[in-house]
Amino acid sequence: MARIAGVDLPRNKRIEISLTYIYGIGRTLASDICKKAGVEHGTKTDQLSESEVIKLREIIEREYKVEGDLRREVSQNIKMLMDIGCYRGLRHRRGLPVRGQRTHTNARTRKGPAKTVAGKKLAPRK
Amino acid sequence: MARSLKKGPFVDPSLQRKIDRLLASGSKQVLRTWSRRSMITPEFVGLTFHVHNGKLFMPVFVTENMVGHRLGEFAPTRKFTGHASDRKVRR
Repeated sequence: MARIAGVDLPRNKRIEISLTYIYGIGRTLASDICKKAGVEHGTKTDQLSESEVIKLREIIEREYKVEGDLRREVSQNIKMLMDIGCYRGLRHRRGLPVRGQRTHTNARTRKGPAKTVAGKKLAPRK
Repeated sequence: MARSLKKGPFVDPSLQRKIDRLLASGSKQVLRTWSRRSMITPEFVGLTFHVHNGKLFMPVFVTENMVGHRLGEFAPTRKFTGHASDRKVRR
C-alpha cells in the first residue's frame, strides 16, 4: 500500500492516475514525477516495488508543494489580498466572483445556492 | 496577456515626475492622482496617494504587499448600498 504525502493512493489504478489523488498534483505533474523516478507509465499502484514508492515519495517531498503546505499557501495569498484592500480582496470578502464575471445571473459557484427574494416582481409576460 | 518584462512596470510619466520631485524633497505630502493604471513600484512604499475613483479621491497608503498592483485596485469605482427590497424590510 503506497502512502505518499499523507494520502492513501488507490491501489488498483495506474500510478500516473493514482498520484493525482494528491492535492496539487494533476496529470501533467504526475507523469513528470513518474519519468523522474524512472517508474514505467501504466504500472498499477500495488505492483510498485518498495524502492519505487520511496523514490516517488522523495521526489514529491523534495520538489513540489502539495497537500497542507499548498493549501496554506493558497489561503495565505487570498488573505493577503483581503488585507491590502485591493479590488480582488474585496471580492473575496463578499464571496463574489473575483475575475470580472457577471453577477446579474449565474456566479452560483461563488454565491452559493440561489436565495429567493421576497416581493421581487417577475418580468411582465408579453 | 501579461506585459512584457523587458518594458518594466508601467507608471504614467506625469505621475513618475511628481513622485521623483516628492522623493527628492523628502516630504510626505499626499499625492492626488487620476492615474489608476499606474503600477505600484517599490519606491512608492510609505507614500499616501489620493486616487480618483471617478468621483472622489480615495486615500491609499502604500505598503510593501501592494507592490505590483495598480493604484486603481485600491479605489473602488462602485458603491453597493444594498438592494431596494432590503431597505423596505429594514424600515
